[in-house]
Amino acid sequence: MYVEALNEAIFEEMDRDESVYYMGEDVRASIYGASRGLFEKYGEKRVLDTPLSENGFIGAAVGSSLVGMRPIVETLTSFMWVAMDQIISQAAKMKYMFGGQASLPVTIRAVMSYGGSSAAHHSDRSYPMFMNMPGLKIIAPASPEDVKGLMKTSVRDNDPCIIFEDSNLAGIKGDVPENNDLNEGELLIPFGKGKIIREGSDCTVVGIAGANTHALNAATELEKEGISVEIIDPRTLVPLDKEIILNSVEKTGRLVVVDPAHKVCSAASEIISVVTEEGFWNLQAPPVKIAAEQVHIPFTPALEPLIFPDAEKIINAVKQTIE
Amino acid sequence: MIPKEKQVLMLERMTRIRQFEKALIESQKSGEIVGSLHTYIGQEAVATGACVALNDDDYIAGNHRSHGHPIAKGGDINKAMAEIFGRKDGYCKGKGGSMHLADFSIGILGESGIVASSVPVATGAALASKLKGKNFVSLVFFGDGASNQGACHESMNLAALWNLPVIFVCENNQFAVTTSYRDSVSVDHISDRASAYGMPGVLVDGQDALAMYEATSEAVKRARKGEGPTLIEGLTYRYEDHSLGLASVRRDSSYRTDEEIEEWIKRDPIEILKDNMISQKLITQKDFDDLEKKEIISVEKALNFARNSPFPEPEDLFDDLFTDPIKFA
Repeated sequence: MYVEALNEAIFEEMDRDESVYYMGEDVRASIYGASRGLFEKYGEKRVLDTPLSENGFIGAAVGSSLVGMRPIVETLTSFMWVAMDQIISQAAKMKYMFGGQASLPVTIRAVMSYGGSSAAHHSDRSYPMFMNMPGLKIIAPASPEDVKGLMKTSVRDNDPCIIFEDSNLAGIKGDVPENNDLNEGELLIPFGKGKIIREGSDCTVVGIAGANTHALNAATELEKEGISVEIIDPRTLVPLDKEIILNSVEKTGRLVVVDPAHKVCSAASEIISVVTEEGFWNLQAPPVKIAAEQVHIPFTPALEPLIFPDAEKIINAVKQTIE
Repeated sequence: MIPKEKQVLMLERMTRIRQFEKALIESQKSGEIVGSLHTYIGQEAVATGACVALNDDDYIAGNHRSHGHPIAKGGDINKAMAEIFGRKDGYCKGKGGSMHLADFSIGILGESGIVASSVPVATGAALASKLKGKNFVSLVFFGDGASNQGACHESMNLAALWNLPVIFVCENNQFAVTTSYRDSVSVDHISDRASAYGMPGVLVDGQDALAMYEATSEAVKRARKGEGPTLIEGLTYRYEDHSLGLASVRRDSSYRTDEEIEEWIKRDPIEILKDNMISQKLITQKDFDDLEKKEIISVEKALNFARNSPFPEPEDLFDDLFTDPIKFA
């Protein structure tokens, strides 16, 4: 399961390196599951429950990383707004602004919950805003294997990494390789390497985070109609594996990008921009963007589902590229 | 008594800061440097008294009025000057400029152009000291304006809650650009706020380097013993306006009077320390004159170093954004 794989990754990294510590709100009690058992094993020095001071404690994580610690900070996307000063003015900019002197091995776990009547204040999918800011690595894992391997890579990376975790994926199941079965003895997934999660030949669908679930459902339906969809999960948005997307579009000639973030200046916008700039002559139809509508998330179940990408929207988009 | 060598070191560094800033004002006027310039003249005793009370492996972080802090910590004025000139041999290879001097090799974790933004960062360095079981402390400089930022309050709560070895040094130069702290702070003294977090708060004459040294030494002692943070307010005064190069903040606005400035200049921090050392018979006026001459020469050398350093090349533009470069579209 996604959350269990994440939990395994955190345990492995804390076991491996004493400078790794974990902080956030209610992490000792682990109300979201990813930090389950950490406090019992590593104690109060390495598992810190924080006051509700996101700007203060994310800044403290950043400061500690400058002098040799490797913090993993747990928060929700919606609470990151109050910490923007430390994430943007310090974490993202320090290394460049100080001419490379700073090393910032900070990992921020940014949990995105949406689609469950959480209303506008608790439904943020904010990764495109952070993609726009140089200096941050943006990770969006969509499977248990990927969240484990990318979490471990983030903890070892010397730049600030934000892992955007789609809470709609928290309970999904999937195979995670056993360490003993791996040549390296552990699961490490490099940044900037996307993954073809379903091969196909008629249309490329790039899915971000939880969008992949809908993309897979759409592909299954489309197959029944004889339409073959190739699904690509870029897994990390900064750095972005342009090659895997461009190569796929070269094969299919068509592109649909599915993104749970708001559509204006979304990750989908960037991916479509890359393909039109660098793969234009391979396109047989205009690319289609399926992203969240440009409006706040309403509470009522009568309206919220209208906002987000779903299988039906993807099916229609794929057909549109083919017609 | 504070050892003579410490007092001499303070006098040297304060004089170095003064001469450094005077040279920069000239370079700014002549158009030799670009951007804004926040000078530290008048406030030298605060940073110097505080930094001389630290060890080399202790950390500091500061703010936009940023030249005094690294010089007080023993930073290299050649690299500082070259940085302000935007040159390749600057502390940050020309990418940080006047507001962002940093020297990680001697514990200067960088100055921040966003007011109060380095307060959580310094608190984090202190957290690292505690988590690693080390004995180093972390000290952060921020102004009266910054003391009203949430970052400050969040950090003080964290530091007191977790008993962190951090020293909060508020440089109350009395004005956030043109707004008096009396019009923006709800209590009489910023140091009064310490009690709200359960830490000691000390109000110090910020024109008196020895008083700053003593207060900081006491705070450092507490921090190293695991007794937690201290808030020190150094009441001081900046002689120049907020920023040179910011035309709208010139002295002609009525936020303070010439008489007030003159009154504060009568309590010049370098004069106070020098007179005190002469009366202690630690130095003579001639010793000071020699010291000042030496610092004037060292600043001239720094100017030459900066002028002779090359500008970065276009191919340096993308360096140091990430540990390994990422190529974007």
